[in-house]
Amino acid sequence: MSNASPHSNGGPSLLDRLPASILPRVSGLHAAALIIAILLIGLLIIPVLQVIYVAFLDPNTGALTLQNFVDFFRTSLFRESFWNSFYVSAMSVVFATVIALPLAYITTRFNFAGSVVIQSLGFIPLIMPPFVGAVAMQLIFGRNGTLNLLMEEKFGINIPFMEGLNGVILVQSIHYFPFILINLSTSLRNIDRSMEEAAQNLGSQGMRLFRRIVFPLAMPGYVAGAALVFIKVFDDLGTPLLLNVNNMLAPQAFLRISSIGISDPMGYVISFILVAFSIFSLWASFLVMRGKDYSTVQKGGGGLSRRDLRTGEKIAAYAVVAFILILVLSPHIGLTLLSFATIWSFAPLPDGFTLQNYVVMWENSKQFITNTVIYAGIAAVLDVIIGTAIAYIVIRTGIWGRKSLDYLATAALAVPGVVLGIGYLRVFHSIDIPFTDKPMASWWVIIALALMIRRLPYALRACTAALQQVSLALEEAAESLGATKGSTIRRIVIPLMSGGILAGFVTSFATAAVELSATIMLVSSESDAPLAYGIYLFMQTPSGRGAGAALGVVAVIIVGLGTFLSQLMIERDKKFKSTDQSH
Amino acid sequence: MTNQMVGIEINDLHLSFGETEVLTGVNLDIQPGEFFAFLGPSGSGKSTLLRSIAGFGPTPQGSIRIGGRDVVNLPPWKRNVGMVFQSYALWPHMSVRDNVGFGLKERKMPASEIAPKVDAALELVGLSHLADRMPNQLSGGQQQRIALARTVVVEPEVLLLDEPLSNLDASLRVQMRRELLALQRKLGLTTIFVTHDQEEANTTADRMAVLDKGVIQQIGTPQVLYDTPENLFVAEFLGTANILGGQVERDGGAKRFRTSAGDVLALNDGHEGAGSIVLRPQNMQIVDQAGADTLPGTILHREFMGSQVRYIVRTSGTEMIVDQFHHVGHDWRDTGSDVHLKVNTNEAVIVAS
Repeated sequence: MSNASPHSNGGPSLLDRLPASILPRVSGLHAAALIIAILLIGLLIIPVLQVIYVAFLDPNTGALTLQNFVDFFRTSLFRESFWNSFYVSAMSVVFATVIALPLAYITTRFNFAGSVVIQSLGFIPLIMPPFVGAVAMQLIFGRNGTLNLLMEEKFGINIPFMEGLNGVILVQSIHYFPFILINLSTSLRNIDRSMEEAAQNLGSQGMRLFRRIVFPLAMPGYVAGAALVFIKVFDDLGTPLLLNVNNMLAPQAFLRISSIGISDPMGYVISFILVAFSIFSLWASFLVMRGKDYSTVQKGGGGLSRRDLRTGEKIAAYAVVAFILILVLSPHIGLTLLSFATIWSFAPLPDGFTLQNYVVMWENSKQFITNTVIYAGIAAVLDVIIGTAIAYIVIRTGIWGRKSLDYLATAALAVPGVVLGIGYLRVFHSIDIPFTDKPMASWWVIIALALMIRRLPYALRACTAALQQVSLALEEAAESLGATKGSTIRRIVIPLMSGGILAGFVTSFATAAVELSATIMLVSSESDAPLAYGIYLFMQTPSGRGAGAALGVVAVIIVGLGTFLSQLMIERDKKFKSTDQSH
Repeated sequence: MTNQMVGIEINDLHLSFGETEVLTGVNLDIQPGEFFAFLGPSGSGKSTLLRSIAGFGPTPQGSIRIGGRDVVNLPPWKRNVGMVFQSYALWPHMSVRDNVGFGLKERKMPASEIAPKVDAALELVGLSHLADRMPNQLSGGQQQRIALARTVVVEPEVLLLDEPLSNLDASLRVQMRRELLALQRKLGLTTIFVTHDQEEANTTADRMAVLDKGVIQQIGTPQVLYDTPENLFVAEFLGTANILGGQVERDGGAKRFRTSAGDVLALNDGHEGAGSIVLRPQNMQIVDQAGADTLPGTILHREFMGSQVRYIVRTSGTEMIVDQFHHVGHDWRDTGSDVHLKVNTNEAVIVAS
């Protein structure tokens, strides 16, 4: 953010005296905007466009063709993968809805003491990367898992919760339902009480009232959450890979590229389909929500009226919440048990408990953990620097094209990790690391840059929110007292944004630390691998599962601690701001 | 759209939110066809009282009779009471036409009958041309009228308006309150209007109830409440009031008021004992001569306000606001000068202190 102002203190400089037409005066902010634009184009747009372009290239002649797509849909495995991905995503949305709907309804319509539990249910799943919990879920819900062994003994039945696609659906819906819960609850909470009362006043009640007023008003939030779940599941690589379900799109892309090589066109065709679906889902949800800002809460007015639960209803509500809580915690419980287990196989519980897994993990994963700290650290530092700069440029300046920086950075959300990984492999394959003759594609720095691009939207969101809370008058006051733009940013804006910037850093760091889908494509040797890749390696062998689980626990602690810290900082910042000034 | 006009009788109504009592012993008798206002500061319970007539909020104790029928235990959708919300509460996902037709559809009216009624209601508020708009495409004043059309189209027995003008800007507010009154007269609907703005209440209401702390302080026409407030709260809430504490004494055959500072003022009448005298700024003249109907004072401050000159006069240890009409050529009093305030004893009101 360093900013060379043309107005130095020692009177007009030589630069100032030159007519602007000879040397167009480019401020530091313009330069920053330009550098960021080049970075985003080079590290996000070109790799993705490259992937799409290659999907339409004949691998032999280099001519443009649709032949790759014809081949794709002629291959039965790919057709099957396509439908499986679609089916799994759609079913995950359905099950995530089944979990989220009662929780959202209970918290927003009733006075329910268990609402605190429900709120924590909203983020507990998100602190564990889904692929980490996948193996533990196998041990609890699998054919020979705890639940089925117990049921077989008691009732003689075995339910295939984890067989093939079922397993992916179960793991994904448990992991991603908070997106629906959070969005749906927010839009339910944003319905003003008078919306409902006006309908009652005109003679409406019960289910008709819900169907005609409450449900349509909550729809936009639900659609936003459901679209997010669909995209996330459609793009996810780690969970199917860990569950050994390979007949889905993302695993196929990974397997084609890693086994056949970066010249195989099928990986690119799949990438194109993944990107197209992401964009399509976002676009469709945008269409549904356009012009539907239904937030109707009035100043001082409450949300929907809540009533007390009758005793029977209260018991039912607690039962539902407890059931979902157990379901949601099962990956965490399973992972913890597995990490302390001696042997856990064909038994409801481990045979014995030991700390040995942690010892093995520590001896074998020092490199993984160090790498993770380095990669995620670099990514998060760059994210908040770029995020702060974009936020400032977008909100506070009139630089031409400033909005597009915001859009570009946010567009990373629509790019699946696999696709970004393949794009980097393709683009940086032909570029050498500076001062060496090795290709950049196998350089660890590329992993850090991929993580930086993947997590930039999170950091940008946090920085933008932080800057929006800084009153423009505070900056103007500094400038009227003689501070230059650069010095105002350095001495006033950034210190006031610090809480948000820190929160953005922690979120980016914690989530980058457990990213698998982009890194798994880019790791060229085990010595360069981060923690998430380490878990994947451990989980490949039955003997390594204990240590893998131990490393998984480390990952959960990192993300959990990160989430907690960033919440803490945001809260503290809010308090500080509210005592500071109300504006 | 003409109704059998009904009255509203409220008897000994009590209502609590948990431990806090928000309405205490409310008794009201609103005449059929009357335009009635609930006036009070925020937190006085006026909105709570209105909402309990519509059936919202906790069930109160006591009775609310609408056209003779006790509705206290009926849910809102069985009361046939039309309410216009402060926020208008137009449903953002429905067009204007669907909003207005909502209540008729709830009453299972066939679509062929709904359409002409909706058109008539929109005609009534003069917004027929906006029928196919969405609520977020309307201005505040238009939303207000649509909300009104949506309520009257179901032909409710009474119309409840909860601070209907508070979300409009000042000039529109004056116009809308005239339109509201005209519409109410046209429909002959018994109407209750909640407001914290005395001007709104004074200009529209046939009668009004002033509320404070969940208790009705006084009921009457705007003029009666202004001229003869029954207590200090009503006196101070309506218009500007100068208040002097003291007591009413017998003075031979007549009465007089002795302020706490010992100054004495002749009265026409009044209950003997401790009390306060309420003097409006326009009810006093600044004179040079002392008399039985004057109080001595010193001018502290003078403000020229165009049609009148406002003086702040210290009298009996209290700062009083005294307004004098401004006429060309009249000399203004200087600050610091000692004067006498001549009180028109017909206009002086004694209230319990």
